[in-house]
Amino acid sequence: MAEFTLPKNSKVKPGKTISAANGATRKKKFQIYRWDPDSGRNPRLDTYEVNLDNFGPMVLDAIIYIKNDIDSTLTFRRSCREGICGSCSMNIGGTNTLACTKSISDFNSDITIYPLPHMPVVKDLVPDLTHFYNQYSSIKPWIQTNTSAPSNSERFQSKENREKLDGLYECILCACCSTSCPSYWWNSKRYLGPAILLQAYRWIVDSRDESTNKRLDQLEDSFSLYRCHTIMNCTNTCPKGLNPAKAIAKIKKLLVSRLT
Amino acid sequence: MKLVKRPLSPHLQVYKPQLTSVLSITHRGTGVFLSLGALVLTYWLVSLALSEELFNSFHLHTTFWYGKLFLIGFVFSLYYHLTNGIRHLFWDIGLGLEISTTYKSGYFTIFISVVLTLTTLFIGGVL
Repeated sequence: MAEFTLPKNSKVKPGKTISAANGATRKKKFQIYRWDPDSGRNPRLDTYEVNLDNFGPMVLDAIIYIKNDIDSTLTFRRSCREGICGSCSMNIGGTNTLACTKSISDFNSDITIYPLPHMPVVKDLVPDLTHFYNQYSSIKPWIQTNTSAPSNSERFQSKENREKLDGLYECILCACCSTSCPSYWWNSKRYLGPAILLQAYRWIVDSRDESTNKRLDQLEDSFSLYRCHTIMNCTNTCPKGLNPAKAIAKIKKLLVSRLT
Repeated sequence: MKLVKRPLSPHLQVYKPQLTSVLSITHRGTGVFLSLGALVLTYWLVSLALSEELFNSFHLHTTFWYGKLFLIGFVFSLYYHLTNGIRHLFWDIGLGLEISTTYKSGYFTIFISVVLTLTTLFIGGVL
């Protein structure tokens, strides 16, 4: 059953305010979700007022600056800083996106940053993605074949068949879409969520894969796939501009069309 | 090391409402309201079958503000659920799933259901 409120230990309390923008002409307030596993206290929302002239244009630049120069205890994931690793996914200004590709100038007022929604928090902006990765491995994201490989070449694919993977292979598994989906919030135990279903479709349409039917069988129950109600928050939020909702709709169509 | 129970990150509380999710929850809300309204509709039909007195006393409610509010809500729910249902049918055959189209069809759904609601209420003499 869906629980619409936060558990007692998860309610966010007001936190401290640190101003580091004395004499700055371009000021900005960042409100950031903090939770310290060692404190035994509830999560809190800390406010950092900073001088925008001190760092680069992206939200990630800001939180790296805060960690380096103001509060070294601030914890978050980041790696490539160019939108290809998917580490710095978080809820920025109310929607999920990558901190490294989100421009600070997109926001007129204060910027509020939370971890990806409805996830167990490890620390501050770091969510526990174990279950998400387990769901990913459950769809067996690799080529499965029955026939033996050609002896002197790779398994070739026509240009047309290769094009079917466009808009799918670019997914970096940042989990922005899945954690924007209300259905995934309420049913993540059994519903796979948009990111994993887009990946499932990526292997279903791969012309080299020979387990298409088995893959479809795996999704044909009332939860894994069909908890998608076409809310479209996933496609709306994808920082890579992909369309998980469309991939899911295509799986649904395949499931129906194979009956006839 | 002491084991701590991890908090759940905020979800509904912080996620920005947007056309996609708002229309979706409205679809569900109007669906629930239509089910409840169906009981009232049934009662109306039953009263019609039983006696003029009962029918008239039932009809009296629609002259008060709460009766009008109910009618407005029910008619809007009916048209919204219908038009958005058609939008869902398009999605089910794989059409209109791009974000730009979704927003256009979303606003169109709202527009059509409001127009149909107002027209019906005018013709029915509720407004």
